[in-house]
Amino acid sequence: MTEASVPAPAATSQTGSSRVKRGLAEMLKGGVIMDVVTAEQARIAEDAGAVAVMALERVPADIRAQGGVARMSDPDLIEAIIAEVSIPVMAKARIGHFVEAQVLQALDVDYIDESEVLSPADYVNHIDKWAFNTPFVCGATNLGEALRRINEGAAMIRSKGEAGTGDVSEATKHIRKITSEINALKSMTRDELYVAAKELQAPYELVLEVAETGKLPVVLFTAGGVATPADAAMMMQLGADGVFVGSGIFKSGNPEARAAAVVKATTFYDDPSVIAEVSRGLGEAMVGINVGDLAAPHRLAERGW
Amino acid sequence: MTTLRTESLDAGAAASTGPRVGVLALQGDFREHAHVLTKLGASVSLVRRPDELDAIEGLVIPGGESTVMDKLSRAYGLAEPLKAAIAAGLPVYGTCAGLIMLADTVLDAIAGQQSLGGLDVVVRRNAFGSQNQSFETDLDIPALGERPVHAVFIRGPVVESVGPRAKALATISDGRVVAVEQGNLLGTSFHPEINGEFRFHEYFLTKVRAAATAA
Repeated sequence: MTEASVPAPAATSQTGSSRVKRGLAEMLKGGVIMDVVTAEQARIAEDAGAVAVMALERVPADIRAQGGVARMSDPDLIEAIIAEVSIPVMAKARIGHFVEAQVLQALDVDYIDESEVLSPADYVNHIDKWAFNTPFVCGATNLGEALRRINEGAAMIRSKGEAGTGDVSEATKHIRKITSEINALKSMTRDELYVAAKELQAPYELVLEVAETGKLPVVLFTAGGVATPADAAMMMQLGADGVFVGSGIFKSGNPEARAAAVVKATTFYDDPSVIAEVSRGLGEAMVGINVGDLAAPHRLAERGW
Repeated sequence: MTTLRTESLDAGAAASTGPRVGVLALQGDFREHAHVLTKLGASVSLVRRPDELDAIEGLVIPGGESTVMDKLSRAYGLAEPLKAAIAAGLPVYGTCAGLIMLADTVLDAIAGQQSLGGLDVVVRRNAFGSQNQSFETDLDIPALGERPVHAVFIRGPVVESVGPRAKALATISDGRVVAVEQGNLLGTSFHPEINGEFRFHEYFLTKVRAAATAA
């Protein structure tokens, strides 16, 4: 890092607090986080208006196609991407693989994604994310899962969708599920909330907080299958704070144009005339796979619990 | 309504008879700013298009990613009217990315990145390094009273030099400048909007009221 020589700001200052960790996600709101596998792609993403990039060795579509165990990326690749761009860089660790997370923290990534897109390293425990200075984002398919991850220290949640498919239907299902479960809590009495906490398998204090504020205590993005500007705008209209686009950009015919179009559609998600304008002439979208054609063992969203 | 959800603020945000303040809503934590301004009695609106600048008496540029705000403000025709409004004396408060947008000179910008300018300062992006170096701390800011200001820095910029027209308002313990003002313009490297610190927004609203009265 070029800033390594800058002196520490103050003896009384605190890094790694919840406010600081959750704060970065607040600053990403209304933005698009793009999967990139090379420094060149990272440059294209930043130039197109990505708010952050996710550094990966293979995008989910290729992980799906090639099979095998998917792991944390090579540190050289992650460092090359960090060196290339000025926007935040995220990287993925396997579910439960706290040593991969330690490595990512040592590499100075800005956010760690404990991700179902990689092969889980622990089928019982997720990472204790409070133990880290670097913030974590975690996937969730429903409110209970989101609150369990927040209880473990996640500073940002993304609804999972079904990564690497280009089929947005699972993303739709998960964001709708989370928002409808939040809405249900808002109308419950206190005695009902005890039962809701039991049914959601989530701590009562977090359930109460969601019931009172009407939202998650952390930022909620949507991921998994977003491939077009209209997909991104739909996720925003469904209540997402922002979107992750994985394979959808660099598996398409014209990544530069598509990336810029998704950024614009995310900001102007409520203006169909803008979405129409940016959707013109983007070339081929990623071919994709219908989620319904995927055999259950190949559904990544079912990883994590 | 043709869309399932439209970008709008809570009922009541615009109902106030207080100063009319816009919040640039291209990307970032604009809702947090709108919330603070509403609590302080301002009549708040979101700004994403040039015509939304017409009715406002002050503007807040939120935290977020400066490269994204720059691109979108130019792509949708906001940058030039905003520069003209700043030159004509529109009060503007920028936090973090907003401070970068207001700076005349930006260091460690990406190729082609532009700022709106107005503040006679040189600002360095991501001056503290990666998120692992993001921090919160207390600052003494005499202009805002005795009680220290709790400040949250998220991959924040610093003001590397303050030109003759601008004035430093706050420094961190190593002497680097993290808050500046110049006439109707105000900028902070940190985010009072995310930790219940209202005094910068109050200070900004006094500028907005004074400018509206003078106009």
